[in-house]
Amino acid sequence: MKQIFALLSGLIFGLGLIISGMADPAKVLNFLDLFGTWDPSLAFVMGGAIAVTAPGFARLFRKRHAPMFDTEFRLPTRKDLEPTLLVGAAIFGVGWGLGGFCPGPALTALPMAATGTLIFVPFMLAGMWAARNTPDLSLPRKKGTV
Amino acid sequence: METEFTPWLSLGGGVMIGAASVLLMATNGRIAGISGLTSNIFKRASDGEARGVSALFVLGLLLAAPLWLLVSGDWPQQWVPSSPVLMAAAGLLVGFGATYGNGCTSGHGVCGISRGSGRSIVATLTFMATAFVTVFVMRHLIGA
Repeated sequence: MKQIFALLSGLIFGLGLIISGMADPAKVLNFLDLFGTWDPSLAFVMGGAIAVTAPGFARLFRKRHAPMFDTEFRLPTRKDLEPTLLVGAAIFGVGWGLGGFCPGPALTALPMAATGTLIFVPFMLAGMWAARNTPDLSLPRKKGTV
Repeated sequence: METEFTPWLSLGGGVMIGAASVLLMATNGRIAGISGLTSNIFKRASDGEARGVSALFVLGLLLAAPLWLLVSGDWPQQWVPSSPVLMAAAGLLVGFGATYGNGCTSGHGVCGISRGSGRSIVATLTFMATAFVTVFVMRHLIGA
């Protein structure tokens, strides 16, 4: 069952990205272009998602001690603001601004096989691999990594 | 390039993204952070279960557009920057930064903010800021 729901969650997430227009880098880049062809749609995506997730999580954690098909909720426990968090986020933002893709929309758009997407995704995976496999960067590898 | 402002579709799509995040947490107990789930797939064999769940979630993501094509008869509207060098650099930075910073728009931006995580709020403000600056530099200073 947990496998079916993992697949279903991914499918709903992907359809949400398509309907919201976020699988189209043009819309994302226009959100980020405040002084040009600004398109505020992305704010509505984030707003809609948080408006459901915040009360959904709160209710879930109040009512249950474990997920339906597993033994525990795997939540990040760190509270400190370490340099890797800020450096990583800053680097991520630059890449996001260059291509208009973050990981979810890039994977969702992959089957549409635009040349730019076909180049972006393998390089994204290579970047993830590099971040995981560079020991001297002291990457946190705790459970519940988001 | 102009795009049409789509408040209702974007809100509706956002609601679906939120519902999917709550569904994954309720059934599997995992944060729907795409960078974390994707890089889980490449984890060493010790955590096979995390790998399986993560791979199936990503498979679901990959099936969304083909399903859309099947139902509507057309791919979703899309415009992707065409410069290969630009997209390679963007991919590398996005992949590295998301994994190094422990999350992306979904993990920090949606799930983290929804949990009230201070780390996620700071991370989201940080990547939003550098993304705004990057687009400003690219479009209005360099004119790319």
